[in-house]
Amino acid sequence: MCRVIDVRQAVLAENDALAGALREELAARGTTVVNLLSSPGSGKTALLEPVLAAAVARGVPVAALTADLATENDARRLARSGAPVRQVLTGGLCHLEAAQLRGHLEDWPPDDTRVLFVENVGNLVCPAAYDLGEKLRVTLMSVTEGEDKPLKYPTAFGLAHLVVLTKTDIADAVGFDRVAFTQNVARVNPGVEILATSARTGEGLEVLVDRMLAVADGAAVHRPTMEGGRAAAARRAHVAPGPEPGRPHARGRHRRPGPESLTAPQP
Amino acid sequence: MHELSIATAVLERAAEEARRHAPARVTAVRVRVGELAGVVPDALRFSFDVARRGTALAAARLLVEEITATARCAPCGDDFAVGTPPFLWCPRCDRPTTRLLTGRELEITGIELEEASA
Ligand SMILES: Nc1nc2c(ncn2[C@@H]2O[C@H](COP(=O)(O)OP(=O)(O)OP(=O)(O)O)[C@@H](O)[C@H]2O)c(=O)[nH]1
Ligand SMILES: [Mg+2]
Ligand SMILES: [Zn+2]
Repeated sequence: MCRVIDVRQAVLAENDALAGALREELAARGTTVVNLLSSPGSGKTALLEPVLAAAVARGVPVAALTADLATENDARRLARSGAPVRQVLTGGLCHLEAAQLRGHLEDWPPDDTRVLFVENVGNLVCPAAYDLGEKLRVTLMSVTEGEDKPLKYPTAFGLAHLVVLTKTDIADAVGFDRVAFTQNVARVNPGVEILATSARTGEGLEVLVDRMLAVADGAAVHRPTMEGGRAAAARRAHVAPGPEPGRPHARGRHRRPGPESLTAPQP
Repeated sequence: MHELSIATAVLERAAEEARRHAPARVTAVRVRVGELAGVVPDALRFSFDVARRGTALAAARLLVEEITATARCAPCGDDFAVGTPPFLWCPRCDRPTTRLLTGRELEITGIELEEASA
């Protein structure tokens, strides 16, 4: 005899629950996690080096955890800033999961850490599926990767709280089309801010540090439309249908992304 | 390729559920995968076939229901398919939407059991 058992469970429920617990635990410690996502070589480490140094110079205690399939090169580079750094070797895993992060947070980072930067494994697909308990999820893309990447990797860009364009010093050399990029980002993540940066010239670095420290100080974070879908899907999977879970958060007016600015409109 | 991690998670959840109904044997696991879940159904099926080997669910099939991504435009009340690649703007009003209705699903919806013959 055959029968069907109804189950309603999010596949990643365990990771999501762990990430939620981490978020609360870290908030209680006064530490904010910033999760950095990009394809390999977009410049996560190169950007993080001066960001850590700037925070240290401002007297703000920060730390970094960098995940790679192999080698401790990134940790060595980041440690030069003077900030506490840890390397996670994922042993072939293409993304970080909340459980791995938690494994490193027993007696680390130091109690006074305001921001813990997590450099995810270089990969634009898989890390987007795993919540790490971060308050700010930053998706980076370098000018050499092509303006269409937000459309090819819609979850990485669609779930970003902040988008960072890197290597702008070579934008002209590679014929980077900023207007098309801005429009593609706004298409999958309307309203998200885009910061243009260069680790070479220092463009955008101070603003980036300001944004990240502001989030640690409690500044509101952009709510991606796609993230609402993730929360809604998780809710549907966990609980029986109940009353409508509140009105969607009110958003200000949005402008159609225009050619006049690289930064997508902020409400 | 995180589909292998996803397939493993599906197997673990399904095995947990199956234990409650022992000694029935699991013949299939039903999942829903949204268009914007970041998971490729074919890769998931393939990974499931690999991951199930040697487990209690070695004979179970994976039945994937693919969910179209849809959004609602608050001003005009219209529901629309966001398409691939996604366009989270209302095609009627040309304004961004803040409300994704479907498309991020990644969930187990059921398991099919066969009672063990006495
Ligand atoms: N011209 C230019 N090159 C850069 C910039 N930032 C990084 N690079 C170069 O890009 C390459 C990759 O930079 P990384 O910082 O290692 O990139 P990553 O994202 O950390 O790479 P993975 O951790 O391996 O995924 C290096 O050769 C850097 O020198 C920049 O702002 N301008
Ligand atoms: Mg790196
Ligand atoms: Zn409309």
